[in-house]
Amino acid sequence: MSESRTIAVWQDRVRMRVHAKGSGPALVYLHGPWGLVWDPFLDALARDFTVYAPEHPGTSPGVPDDIYHLDNLWDLVLCYDELLDKLNVDQAAIVGHSFGGMVACEIAATAPRRARHLVLIDPIGFWREAEPVVNWAEVELPHLARRIFRDPDGEAAKRLLGTADDPEARVRITWAMGATGKFIWPIPDKGLKKRIHRVKAPTLVVWGKEDSFVPPVYADEFTRRIAGARLHTVEQAGHAPHLEQPDAVARVVREFAKA
Amino acid sequence: MKISAFHLMPHRELPEDFEKRYPSVWVTPPWHELADPARVGQYYNWTLDELLFAARAGFDGVCTNEHHQNAYGFMPSPNIMGSVLAKATNGSNVAIVQMGATLPTNPPLRVAEEYGMLDCISGGRLIAGLPLGSPMDVNFCYGITPMEHRERYRESFALVLKAWQSREIFAWNGKYHQLANVNLWPRPIQQPHPPVWVPGSGSISTFDFAADHNVCYCFLSYSGARAAKSMMDKYWQVIEKRGLEANPYRAGFLQLVVVGETDQDAERKFARHVEYFYHKCMHWPAPYAAPPGNQDYRSLEATAKNPVRRMEDPKTLRYKDFVEKGYVIAGSPATVRDRLKEEVIDALRVGNLMVLLQIGSMPHELTLENMDRFAKKVLPDLRGQWDDEGWVNHWWPEKLRNRAEVPA
Repeated sequence: MSESRTIAVWQDRVRMRVHAKGSGPALVYLHGPWGLVWDPFLDALARDFTVYAPEHPGTSPGVPDDIYHLDNLWDLVLCYDELLDKLNVDQAAIVGHSFGGMVACEIAATAPRRARHLVLIDPIGFWREAEPVVNWAEVELPHLARRIFRDPDGEAAKRLLGTADDPEARVRITWAMGATGKFIWPIPDKGLKKRIHRVKAPTLVVWGKEDSFVPPVYADEFTRRIAGARLHTVEQAGHAPHLEQPDAVARVVREFAKA
Repeated sequence: MKISAFHLMPHRELPEDFEKRYPSVWVTPPWHELADPARVGQYYNWTLDELLFAARAGFDGVCTNEHHQNAYGFMPSPNIMGSVLAKATNGSNVAIVQMGATLPTNPPLRVAEEYGMLDCISGGRLIAGLPLGSPMDVNFCYGITPMEHRERYRESFALVLKAWQSREIFAWNGKYHQLANVNLWPRPIQQPHPPVWVPGSGSISTFDFAADHNVCYCFLSYSGARAAKSMMDKYWQVIEKRGLEANPYRAGFLQLVVVGETDQDAERKFARHVEYFYHKCMHWPAPYAAPPGNQDYRSLEATAKNPVRRMEDPKTLRYKDFVEKGYVIAGSPATVRDRLKEEVIDALRVGNLMVLLQIGSMPHELTLENMDRFAKKVLPDLRGQWDDEGWVNHWWPEKLRNRAEVPA
């Protein structure tokens, strides 16, 4: 199992819980809009890396209102910068999923030296009028599993979302979507296109072939806009390929980030 | 008590299969398939004529409200309507009840200014509704982040109140608004400011807000008084806990009403318009009403753990159900009077009643008939409610508090 500790940043107003496991070079994992659940993908990464998986501000138990201390994406990126300092992580492989992919990319653009490698799993951050990113706030909770996952009844879906009739899971998922949605509403283009040229890290874009939230044109856009980036498409997976195909995705990420 | 006529300004001619063909009446209804600007001009004029008819018929106030991208109510600027009403009712004792300009969708100074204008034009007859706005209007149409919706509202509310009252020019260094020289022109006639009503839909944090700011809390309900009872009880508990007097004029309530000569006459004339309203106008996907982050964490937990009885799907109900359940109070003048008194005025302890008399597809002439019958045969019997208890309606324009029963 992973260990967790809570680190206060932002003049101690934002308490961030960080899960850690493994040994080796640092790898930071930034979760998506539905909160962090430690999973087999992170276990697999922990075989080669010291994995740090922070929870997005406001999504840790007991501190929901901490999110109100962050007004915008700039605040959030600086929070992560402080967190990495407090973890004594000067440089890491930064892996982000969905919303977390956007944050990972922003961190790598703001402080290029932080990112030794960058892995973006079905990230958001751009907007094309002809192929909009779906606003998952418009999806009813009971339908979320079938929109995120190729197999809505699989273990991965249950692990992330719990069961629809569990009130605690409903609160956790809804609040996580609210606290992450604060930085992307109503359109997840918050200026990354102006900053992404600053990313210097070797970058791997991972895409679930059946992503029903973010059309594949965005995979191409990320790959094109980051110099030297390459794209790896995952079969039999939707918007969360690392959760549905943990072994396959972990293998690709480990090889890439060890290089 | 005070009884005002409320209007939503709906599309009155949606296609028969609207709710099957389109996913929502709000946010996404396609204008070019559903509406014609010239015809819509007729709707606006009917709406104004109906409210002016109500003003002349003896109602105490006329109410307009704000919605966006919404086929059941499309007054994106209620103040444009209010300004026509204010001018046309000058010299009368009718209040101009703006329910109102939604704060998060407007620059707050513009709301303060326009309400100042309306109070000046109407000679001090304005009631200033300061709504939070629905998630559909504010989050989905106007792009305000759900988690910032209430925070923005509270800042705007404080700014509007200060802009009306401050004797000095002041600077406002807020989170959402920074203004170096706030110096409102015009200021309202009513001092220290026009009466403030805060519409809500039963959220606990709005009860607290209403009590903290000593405003009139208005429950704008489409599902009637019976469904509202437990919520309004909670509001009155908050008032009692604060040691505030249980003045019924602290509470407003919106009720749908249709009046016929007899109960059967009401059904014959109004049934299809009531069904049009609940089947076509109350038609939107559930997530529109509750985007994540719009509810604060405590309310979210409370709702998840003690779910309010899920509102039944109105599409499965017919006129008789809506009447029986009290969504709409319908029938002969005596039936309507008795039910309003018992289920709304007494049960919810409401001093400022609003009635919706133009409902859905109801045509102009039938709307006037409904208003006329209500004004002549229901309103006179209700007007004296609460008089025996001697409460002062602090939430009504002072010069109109003791209006004569005969309309001016």
